[in-house]
Amino acid sequence: MADKLRTQQQLEALQSRYLGVGHADTTKFEWTSNIARDSYASYVGHPQMLAYMSVGLGQSREKTRLDFIEKMVRPVGPPPERED
Amino acid sequence: MSDAADQVLQAQRERNAAKAAGKKGSKAFDPTTQRTDTSTKASLTDTFDTELYERNGLDKFAGYNTSIAVNDEEDEEMEDADGDSGRNLVGQYTATTAQREEFANGGTEEADILVTREKQAQIASRQSDYQRKGMERRVLTPTRADPFAENRQAGVEENGQSYREIMAMREVEQEEERVRKAIEQKEQNGENGDTHHSPTLKGPSDKENAEAGSTVAVSAEKKRKRRWDVSTEEKVSEDVQMEDVKPKKSRWDEIPAPGAAPAKRSRWDLAPALVTATPASGAGLATPMHPSQMMSFGTDISGRNMSLSDEELNEMLPNEGYKILDPPPGYEPLPAAARRLLPTPAAATGGFMNQQSEDPRSMGKQLPTDIPGVGDLQFFKAEDMQYFGKLVDGAEENELSVEELKERKIMRLLLKVKNGTPPMRKTALRQITDNARQFGAGALFNQILPLLMEKTLEDQERHLLVKVIDRVLYKLDDLVRPFVHKILVVIEPLLIDQDYYARVEGREIISNLSKAAGLAHMISTMRPDIDHADEYVRNTTARAFAVVASALTIPPLLPFLNAVCKSRKSWQARHTGVKIIQQIPILMGCAVLPHLKQLVDCIADNLNDEQAKVRTVTSLAIAALAEASNPYGIESFDAILNPLWMGARKQRGKGLAGFLKAIGYIIPLMDEEYANYYTSVIMEILIREFSSPDEEMKKVVLKVVSQCSSTAGVTAGYLKETVLDDFFKSFWVRRMALDKRNYRQVVDTTVDLGQKVGAGEIISRIVKNLKDESEAYRKMAVETIEKIIAGLGAADVTERLEEELIDGILHSFQEQSVEDIIMLNGFGTVVNALGIRCKKYLPQIVSTILWRLNHKSAPVRQQSADLISRIAPIMSQCGEDGLLGKLSTVLYEYLGEEYPEVLGSILGALRSIVTVVGLSTMQPPIKDLLPRLTPILRNRHEKVQENTIDLVGRIADRGPEAVNAREWMRICFELLDMLKAHKKGIRRAANNTFGFIAKAIGPQDVLATLLNNLRVQERQSRVCTAVAIGIVAETCAPFTVLPALMNEYRVPELNVQNGVLKSLSFLFEYIGEMAKDYVYAVTPLLEDALIDRDQVHRQTAASVVKHVALGVVGLGCEDAMLHLLNLLYPNLFETSPHVIDRIIEAIDAVRMAVGPGLVMNYVWAGLFHPARKVRVPYWRLYNSTYVQQADSMVPYYPVMDDAKLPRFELDILVNLDDLRRTRREQLCKTAT
Repeated sequence: MADKLRTQQQLEALQSRYLGVGHADTTKFEWTSNIARDSYASYVGHPQMLAYMSVGLGQSREKTRLDFIEKMVRPVGPPPERED
Repeated sequence: MSDAADQVLQAQRERNAAKAAGKKGSKAFDPTTQRTDTSTKASLTDTFDTELYERNGLDKFAGYNTSIAVNDEEDEEMEDADGDSGRNLVGQYTATTAQREEFANGGTEEADILVTREKQAQIASRQSDYQRKGMERRVLTPTRADPFAENRQAGVEENGQSYREIMAMREVEQEEERVRKAIEQKEQNGENGDTHHSPTLKGPSDKENAEAGSTVAVSAEKKRKRRWDVSTEEKVSEDVQMEDVKPKKSRWDEIPAPGAAPAKRSRWDLAPALVTATPASGAGLATPMHPSQMMSFGTDISGRNMSLSDEELNEMLPNEGYKILDPPPGYEPLPAAARRLLPTPAAATGGFMNQQSEDPRSMGKQLPTDIPGVGDLQFFKAEDMQYFGKLVDGAEENELSVEELKERKIMRLLLKVKNGTPPMRKTALRQITDNARQFGAGALFNQILPLLMEKTLEDQERHLLVKVIDRVLYKLDDLVRPFVHKILVVIEPLLIDQDYYARVEGREIISNLSKAAGLAHMISTMRPDIDHADEYVRNTTARAFAVVASALTIPPLLPFLNAVCKSRKSWQARHTGVKIIQQIPILMGCAVLPHLKQLVDCIADNLNDEQAKVRTVTSLAIAALAEASNPYGIESFDAILNPLWMGARKQRGKGLAGFLKAIGYIIPLMDEEYANYYTSVIMEILIREFSSPDEEMKKVVLKVVSQCSSTAGVTAGYLKETVLDDFFKSFWVRRMALDKRNYRQVVDTTVDLGQKVGAGEIISRIVKNLKDESEAYRKMAVETIEKIIAGLGAADVTERLEEELIDGILHSFQEQSVEDIIMLNGFGTVVNALGIRCKKYLPQIVSTILWRLNHKSAPVRQQSADLISRIAPIMSQCGEDGLLGKLSTVLYEYLGEEYPEVLGSILGALRSIVTVVGLSTMQPPIKDLLPRLTPILRNRHEKVQENTIDLVGRIADRGPEAVNAREWMRICFELLDMLKAHKKGIRRAANNTFGFIAKAIGPQDVLATLLNNLRVQERQSRVCTAVAIGIVAETCAPFTVLPALMNEYRVPELNVQNGVLKSLSFLFEYIGEMAKDYVYAVTPLLEDALIDRDQVHRQTAASVVKHVALGVVGLGCEDAMLHLLNLLYPNLFETSPHVIDRIIEAIDAVRMAVGPGLVMNYVWAGLFHPARKVRVPYWRLYNSTYVQQADSMVPYYPVMDDAKLPRFELDILVNLDDLRRTRREQLCKTAT
């Protein structure tokens, strides 16, 4: 009991620092959104990667960067309907 | 003539009375008749004891103070100020008040063994009289109205006091206080019948104000305009009227002001709003009685009327012929607890009563620990009954109203929090917090606050209750408003508690409270207390206000503070206002800087206040502000510099001390030029006050001198010329060394002066004190010299001075009656600073040391051994190796010392000699020394252990060949025990020594012993052995150890195998990257261990894997790691916390070694497994990966089947040919 409580607290502390941390009840929607956002953050965060992708897309780096940041909003579509 | 006769008669009477009193056991003597009662019987009507019960007007206490005031009117702003601010004409031959205080209730106070432990734990028993005044204030004020409530309808009558009512009440209280004082005064003056004529000139009370006066003339006519601090306009007119008509008003003949009339309820007319505030049992009594008081000893006769128990009935009645009947249907015994709560008062028993023997039945029964609906409590005190009695009255739940049920629910939860076991407390606290809004503020605080005011409250209980309030505040938010004042009354005393944590707790509560209630409400609640008649209330209110300021930031509070500090209505308000500003920087530190100017402006005028107390507190506030803002913000103080410096010239006594303090803190803020100028202005006063007999003044002056001297603008020449002579004349006297605080201050100030004027100047002045006859004074000189030389070196010391110095220090070292670390440090520092210059004194010093080493008292021996270790490096520098050899030989002879402390010091001295002279030239030779050390290794004393192991380690490191291998083996055995010492330093030294020895004599023999040791049953020693093996492997390369160790794993014995695994774990931890050469060698062993049936086996193997994996990160052992991961992974579903933790750590470590891509392939499968049992550990792995390597996970996220997560960015491919073509086309376009 006390142990469960502690793990719960540890998880909360972790989650307050790292948003993408999950638990047994994480839904697929949450998880995939996190994956998508982390990916975009990573593309934007590595200058070489960003340059490469901009060349591939045929647009300026800044444009690509803004696109990626823009895409972090609802990256996998609207949240699923709640069933209850 | 008749006068003379009367006098004679009077004297005669007194003599007779004294004689009668002196004769012990004589009959009562009636001085009125001057006749002893001749009958041999004692009179029935007279009191027997004439000592105590005097029968006539002859007052033998005449001339004494019959009562000692609990607190005089003094403000407490100067913490250490003792009462004698006046100048004593007679020299002081007794301890000062401060000293006496310190022994009575300071740090040196001894516990009173007559007070029970229970009593000692109570907060009230530790408080000073001043703090106890909080208790006196302990009447909960009625609930206040909430004028700021959001949805208040205009017509709704609120049940609570409004601000106006409270202000009116406060005024009445002040008036009462004034009248009471006036009456007292009158009684004092006129009590002897003849009226006492006060001089027409100014009374003594006003003298302090008058003599210094305000530096700015106050304009004679006062403007009468409407001010903030006058409650209503009608009041002003009333005031005017009253002043015209009746200068002296009593509240009876007051004409009720039209507006204020209904509000002017005296507090006597108010029915207490709280029923629970006064304990129910005391209803009808003026002061509520404590249950324990109610039942005075021996008067509880309920025991007699208690029903007989079954055992007693069995004893009384014959067993046969009787039958126990069932009670008739419908019969209900009286609820027992209801009676218990309020015992039938025994008839007022005036006559003689036999002491009742304690009835065992009544003892256990009175205090239940098991309350229905609460469970078993840790304890239940008699006092708790008063608050929680309702829980045991056995009332039926379904008969109670909802309100009552709620009350009981809260009561139960509070009881659990206060008296319950920790887990109970936790759940109850959470329940209270969660349901706080349902319970409502009233219901909660009406129960919590009375509990906090209980006299027998203990620290732990208070802490818990305060915690409850804190939690509840968060939830209630603005619902607390009506209760803010009640909470403040209870919490404010915490702000002046001696306990630091209590103060912090109090601050936290008040800051939360102000956040919940809002600034406006806080101000309107606390405003009436600002000019309260009682200084205690004003003091605590000021502190609380400072907390409010720090919680809600200063700017919104500034207009209010400004108004209060300039209040013309009462000096108390101004005093409190300034005090608030004093407390703010103390709480907030440099955070006052942005508002410094405004804060200073608020109080600037109060420097010239007509009231001395206000002036003093203002100067203290300025000191606090300047201290907090150091080294910035001098421009904010510009406005007050002039009044401050002018004021310092006019003030005397306590006021001057405050001004000087403020000046002392402001000078360091100034730039050089100004600092120089202002210092020279103030120095005159400082030098005058050097000779002040007042302790407080002395302290302040010393502080200011050290502050002035450390500012850049003050030159050494100036200090030498003007300050030093007077300073040394008045402060370097024997008396200063006797008081601890003075001592410290003088030393610090002298050192600060020394920083400016140089070491030689100061030392030459105090060196003669080293030969003074007072030991404390000598010590003071030694400490000062030590600090100065440590800071400035001895280059400034001339040859002549050097001689005097060494001579003096040797003298004071020899003459000390109590061995003191100060002397030792002083000697060591001086010798070290002089260096080669003390060569000629060394023989003398050494002979002193030798003589003292032979002393019969242990501390003397210890001190001289310590001194050797301090001066050994210098002796070798001076080329006195012969003397060192002599010393070490003597020390060697003293190794049989029986006192461990001394032995430790001797070993330390030997060690430092070995360090400086080297092993080869050591006298006595190492081969003699080491065998003497082996038995000492067995000594359990920490100091001895530490010093021996250090010495042995040094020998093992530098010259192991001096001793034969057998001796080293013996030492190895002794060392094994030391590996589990408590002190980390010893363990580390033992580890290192182990390594050195193994290196010296080769690992084989050592390893054999260690492996044997693995079979020992005792766990602790197996662990130590494992550690030792790891160390040996590290120092002698792993290949010397691993084969033997792995061979040992073949022993079919769980303990041994486990020990091997454990040593492997330490081994790999220590060798780190070296592991890469041994990975493939140990993999088969780990394979076997990881598939063992035994949990612990797998656990230990997992920790080996962890250390191996972490050692080989990036070194190309991925295949082996992946193999181990495959073996580890099935253990993921272990449930034992230790095992699963090790397994997860190992998997994480492997992930480090092989990268997240591969390991995450194992993880994806289980993240959305249908079984929660599977998902939980998989998510744990995912989370740790996410935290540690989120970025490198990005390329490896799985491809989802449904197109919800398109990551087409990853599909972008740049074709170089395409690029070139487009580039060419662009170029062509621009060309054409």
